[in-house]
Amino acid sequence: MSDLSKVTIQGYRRENGRVGVRNHVILLPVDDISNAACEAVANNVKGTMAIPHAYGRLQFGEDLDIHFRTIIGTGANPNVAAVVVIGIEPGWTKRIADGIRATGKPVAEFSIEQKGDFETIRAASWAAKDFVHHATEMQREECSISELWVSTKCGESDTTTGLGSCPTVGNMYDKLLPEGITGFFGETSEITGAEHICQKRAINEEVGERWYKMWNAYQNDVIFAHQTDDLSDSQPTKGNIEGGLTTIEEKALGNLEKIGRTSQFIDILEPAEAPQSGKGLYFMDSSSAAAECVTLMAAGGAVIHTFPTGQGNVVGNPIVPVIKITANPRTVRTMNEHVDLDVSGILRREQTIDQAGDELIEMIRRTANGRNTAAEALGHREFSMTKLYRSA
Amino acid sequence: MSEIPHLLVHDHQDSVGVVVIEGLEANTDMLVCVTHDNSTFRLAAQESAPIGHKIALKDLNKGDTVFKYGEDIGIMTADVKKGHHLHTQNCKTKRW
Repeated sequence: MSDLSKVTIQGYRRENGRVGVRNHVILLPVDDISNAACEAVANNVKGTMAIPHAYGRLQFGEDLDIHFRTIIGTGANPNVAAVVVIGIEPGWTKRIADGIRATGKPVAEFSIEQKGDFETIRAASWAAKDFVHHATEMQREECSISELWVSTKCGESDTTTGLGSCPTVGNMYDKLLPEGITGFFGETSEITGAEHICQKRAINEEVGERWYKMWNAYQNDVIFAHQTDDLSDSQPTKGNIEGGLTTIEEKALGNLEKIGRTSQFIDILEPAEAPQSGKGLYFMDSSSAAAECVTLMAAGGAVIHTFPTGQGNVVGNPIVPVIKITANPRTVRTMNEHVDLDVSGILRREQTIDQAGDELIEMIRRTANGRNTAAEALGHREFSMTKLYRSA
Repeated sequence: MSEIPHLLVHDHQDSVGVVVIEGLEANTDMLVCVTHDNSTFRLAAQESAPIGHKIALKDLNKGDTVFKYGEDIGIMTADVKKGHHLHTQNCKTKRW
């Protein structure tokens, strides 16, 4: 590809300097019982979107920290222009609203107790309408492609992901990370079998050791603490096995192709944590379940997600465009409405990984400029909270 | 490459290749391509296998380690002959 440093996109420059590629006005519930009010406001005010979810009451400890980080991070994401937060009580509602407000974007918060849904919906609808006027007057402006934060996670993997779609993402990272983008990868459980390779991809020994400690803690605290007999039914999944993947090691080696040949990760993030160490590639400790992982990375600040799939995962996200890439010609044939980038030419040896990487960069550019992804067009808005343990 | 390969192999050390066409039938004279350097060879498929599934590149015995990407991906739980389907019926992880 010609000089990447000159490639620009048309993005939304937010109050904190970050660049977004979408311009959503969202209704964000603090908790499960505020979903109905958020959905009612979204119905009243066109051009807004409610993001309902399942949790937010009686959580505590690290589980509650992840909840707050996920909700605040979602509101803070540069793809979001303005946020209406609704919760059952004012305390946690304000905490979330203030967390988002730190970005400088418009935020309004409402709590339901002592008012009821009707009064809350009425007041929140006025705020949402003002925010729609505000957002729709914002203009896209020219920004360097290097200002994008791009995440990746693969799903419904098969042997073609390791051959084609994951190396395509890896090639994109090898080209765009040196230009200054911020990248995310993760899927802690799906590194199992390739952990010795992943550790070596850390920028230095200290980061590598911290990474290994995190991965090992996951093995001990989650996998070995909760397994019943083995993970044979979950990792690889039934879909993975149908697609030809036999073992978790085989799956992990394919998965790790997403960080290419030369990219190194500079730090490790907690689930939904925003990067603090500058530009570069980050490993986010995250579930390998598609919606949970994309939700966490979006909360960490990613504005575009690249999603290699083999057997055809259909996941999307409410605020982040999810670009689907597949190398499996059967998936291209049978599930084409979900495919943004067909790289099956790699399997036929008609296309090189280098060419496919360039095509992905071009698709990222077009998506950033406004092209709706297949998942956006099909209304896939999966928003799944990561829950660590039972609420109090 | 004018002819489309039937099977792709990541690395020269690998014990398996991946079927990359739909409807592979037994007795197909497969074109095999090693993606590491695009070198090719031919191998007869001894049984049919769906796209994405693996074919053994050599005879493997129960207890042998299986290599793909030049790395250990598991252990054979039954013997398999060259050209036959290698999957969960004869291979498993060493992890659990």
